[in-house]
Amino acid sequence: MKNRLKVLRAERDWSQSDLAERLEVSRQSVNAIETGRYDPSLPLAFRIARLFGLPVEAIFEAE
Amino acid sequence: MPERNPAQRRYNRRVLGLSLAYAGALIGVSFVFQDSPPTGPVAWALALLPALPLIGIFVAMGRYLVEEKDEYLRSIVARQSLIASGFMLIVTTGWGFLQSFGQLPHADFYWAAILWFGGLGVGSCVNRFAR
Repeated sequence: MKNRLKVLRAERDWSQSDLAERLEVSRQSVNAIETGRYDPSLPLAFRIARLFGLPVEAIFEAE
Repeated sequence: MPERNPAQRRYNRRVLGLSLAYAGALIGVSFVFQDSPPTGPVAWALALLPALPLIGIFVAMGRYLVEEKDEYLRSIVARQSLIASGFMLIVTTGWGFLQSFGQLPHADFYWAAILWFGGLGVGSCVNRFAR
């Protein structure tokens, strides 16, 4: 899946560590999701969407 | 090196303790069997003693997978364990048939555990280079 996580994070001037802390996941997780090496579970995808105040489909897109 | 989370720290502590217990048990039991080999149930119990910490390490891996709250870290360790299991099964199956047909010498079963630990290293490499 493609995602806009990196862009959304950059818009808020957050580092990967900042985002990881807010999501209560490891920095490696954020990096893996951003680079497309890992697709998050549905609960984590919803947590990410809630954090950015966007619907899931505005962040994640099927390739 | 990223900071270890509580589940990783517990796993490392358990594996370190169990590894020390394994080394101690193996050295101790080897001395006992060398000096005055026991017999009967005592021999069984002593011979099994070094196996218990190794079994404990497998359990520690299982507990880590249960206790790890980070789904990405859990997924890469699960993949690493599966690769280790596959590696061990491939080598032991191949070795077993080669041994049966007289092409390789007999190998003790505990090598399966050693191969599994080696397989964790293979899994770690795969995780590093996987997409």
